[in-house]
Amino acid sequence: MGEEVGGAAGGGAAGEGGNDLDFEGWTCPAPLRNTPTVVMGHGGGGAMSAELVESLFLPAYGGAARAELGDAAVLPPVAGRLAFSTDSYVVKPMFFPGGSIGDLAVNGTVNDLAMAGAQPLYLSTAYILAEGTAISDIGRVATAVGKAAEQAGVQLVTGDTKVVDHGSGDGIYVNTAGVGVIPDGVVIGPERARPGDVVLVSGAIGLHGVAVMSCREGLEFSTPVESDSAPLHGLVADMLATGVDVHVLRDPTRGGLSASLNEIARGSGVGVDLVERDLPIPEEVRDACGLLGLDPLQVANEGKLVAMVPADGADAVLEAMRAHPFGAGACRIGTVVEDHPRMVVARTGLGGTRVIDLPIGEQLPRIC
Amino acid sequence: MKYLDEFSNPDLARRLLDQIHAVTTRPWAMMEVCGGQTHSIIRHGIDQLLPEGVEMIHGPGCPVCVTPLETIDRALAIARRPDVIFCSFGDMLRVPGSHDDLFTVKSEGGDVRVVYSPLDALQVARDNPDKQVVFFGIGFETTAPANAMTVHQARQQGIPNFSLLVSHVLVPPAIAAIMESPTCRVQAFLAAGHVCSVMGTSEYPPLAEKYGVPIVVTGFEPLDILEGIRKTVVQLEEGRHELENAYPRAVPAEGNPAAVAMLRDVFEVTDRTWRGIGMIPGSGWRLSSRYADFDAELRFEVTDIQTDESPLCRSGEVLQGLIKPHECSAFGKECTPRNPLGATMVSSEGACAAYYAYRRLDLVSAGGA
Amino acid sequence: MCLAVPGRVVEVFDESGTTMAQVDFGGVRKKVCLAYLPETGVDEYVIVHVGFAIQRLDEESAKETLATFERLGILEEEFGDGFEAAAREKGVQL
Ligand code: SF4
Repeated sequence: MGEEVGGAAGGGAAGEGGNDLDFEGWTCPAPLRNTPTVVMGHGGGGAMSAELVESLFLPAYGGAARAELGDAAVLPPVAGRLAFSTDSYVVKPMFFPGGSIGDLAVNGTVNDLAMAGAQPLYLSTAYILAEGTAISDIGRVATAVGKAAEQAGVQLVTGDTKVVDHGSGDGIYVNTAGVGVIPDGVVIGPERARPGDVVLVSGAIGLHGVAVMSCREGLEFSTPVESDSAPLHGLVADMLATGVDVHVLRDPTRGGLSASLNEIARGSGVGVDLVERDLPIPEEVRDACGLLGLDPLQVANEGKLVAMVPADGADAVLEAMRAHPFGAGACRIGTVVEDHPRMVVARTGLGGTRVIDLPIGEQLPRIC
Repeated sequence: MKYLDEFSNPDLARRLLDQIHAVTTRPWAMMEVCGGQTHSIIRHGIDQLLPEGVEMIHGPGCPVCVTPLETIDRALAIARRPDVIFCSFGDMLRVPGSHDDLFTVKSEGGDVRVVYSPLDALQVARDNPDKQVVFFGIGFETTAPANAMTVHQARQQGIPNFSLLVSHVLVPPAIAAIMESPTCRVQAFLAAGHVCSVMGTSEYPPLAEKYGVPIVVTGFEPLDILEGIRKTVVQLEEGRHELENAYPRAVPAEGNPAAVAMLRDVFEVTDRTWRGIGMIPGSGWRLSSRYADFDAELRFEVTDIQTDESPLCRSGEVLQGLIKPHECSAFGKECTPRNPLGATMVSSEGACAAYYAYRRLDLVSAGGA
Repeated sequence: MCLAVPGRVVEVFDESGTTMAQVDFGGVRKKVCLAYLPETGVDEYVIVHVGFAIQRLDEESAKETLATFERLGILEEEFGDGFEAAAREKGVQL
């Protein structure tokens, strides 16, 4: 399982290969009136706002941004059904091993589109900045947004920035909305799981949640685990290219695999049977969760997907997934069943069963 | 993790299970005292693998679940104060008091923080000298040394803005209380391993003797639990009732003397109410008079907040295996996992909560079959 | 109370008069208070609960326990179920 972490972390990090995110070295290319931190004026729509866009966001976004980054993007017509999604990102801390709020904001929305089978095309980015946030932090986040968009092959076409009073917000909040186009004949949805379907997951689970928790205030621990944040539409495209009728796709973010599987079980009115032994939980994740009393199945992922596919196409899809860098650790973890509809049940290593419940709220470290 | 994974080995589990099946000749009812063991039993489905008739009666759960309503109401009152930073273990945040929980207080602007260790709370106190920092010191004997050391350091290092809201509970008096009930069905106990890691095992032989029950100190991994059950069944079958240690790698007979000495200095025995169950004499620790200055209940004058446990709740009877949870009139109505009345519904492994989850499973499977 | 996990001590140090340790839990590392087990040396295993080492993990005993479990099966294979029953009748503790 050790190699798996390495693989996933390497593959997941937007910083691999030619995409070095030089957070530490970020400097503002054109000094912003010498204010090292955000002031209310930056969100006022005047000269300071314009400077922020021209001197910070556009250079940070690089090739991923449309030059004008205007209030309304005018886009060419597309052929096919549109997928449209929006999500807000408030992760604390903003920077964590393997990523930042910036690449999450891009990959998260890209993945929401991808889970509908769409090819993501355009993204908007909107920032809510707390007064007093370091300009250099915004630069690091915006750079991460630009790099992630470039890696995902989506264009950043419109945006907005607001500043709120010190105390009303906290650091940087990012909203992204995205548009993608769904190829003809592709119908994917949480209501399409059928008894007999095979449940696949694209690789090691629990990495993102553990990475973020390791640097959360009051919990700090050191771990080699890094966030798996990654755009998954390429992987999805390869899965769809097999011609297999993929029924359901889901990225198990907040609430982890257990939330996603429960939602699918409820959405489709089916039961899901998992085999615990087959779950790809890296040792480091298991150990961190053991220490804090968390269930790896409830820990967030940002670069993984779970799929329900007809049994006769499962091997073909699995093969396609494993051939893709973001699906190298893909495996089969269970089946969709008629029994116990709307519930997820796992067969334990010892041969017993347990109910995998929908997590009630936030994951908190337990003492007992 | 080393020394954890080896003790979940399915092959060895199979061998232990075979042994348990081989030695069992009739039905037995035993209680695992500790919520962590219940967690492990449910988590691995161990109860489903035991011989027909070997019944695990789930104990009161964990100290989080048994913390009395009154203490939680006091905690909420303290956490609401604008001058207070209230620190707690994560599991305590969603345990409701009479009206709301610490999450609600946080959402209303209270400064409520989750810490991993009470020492982290002490650090918060050092970092915020102009605030009162209160730590919610709950737990069995296992957690008490951490809380004791923290308050000891606060006094030694002169950190006046730190205090502890204490609601410690003790295992041996709970065992005695369960056995005192004339209708008690429990024939043996799996004692809580990590409690004994701290306290040692000397408190248990008198209990085993007095009530004629086997008591087996048991760990938490699947093999540990199975070995605890195996040793218990062997004793029951042979008509013995002794203390045995099925968790020797973590439990020396003398426990941790340094920790026990600290506990004796910082705490003193008191009566304690268990949520939904009622008062058990001598079943808690409170700060000793030497540490009264660090007692949050006194510092914030919340002792006049008094809350009675719900009169509906029958978790005392559930615990003793006298009634099944659904025979309680509040089950699934006034009392649900999201709005629990008794300890056994607060903990997801508590008998009432587990029954709530599994009954659903049974119902749907029966319906689907 | 129960969530206590074994970890290996990798470093022992003093922090404002208290013995502390860096403890490794299979790659995850965390600072732990060692005040209740001050004699513990590097590479020894301790059981950690809420940031405190509450007890030493006796590695010998752990190995013995596992070896006992292994033998349980072998006894079974060599002597069959009858051995168990006979032993029980004679009151021999296994
Ligand atoms: S169902 Fe609720 S009220 Fe009834 S015994 Fe259980 S915890 Fe108490």
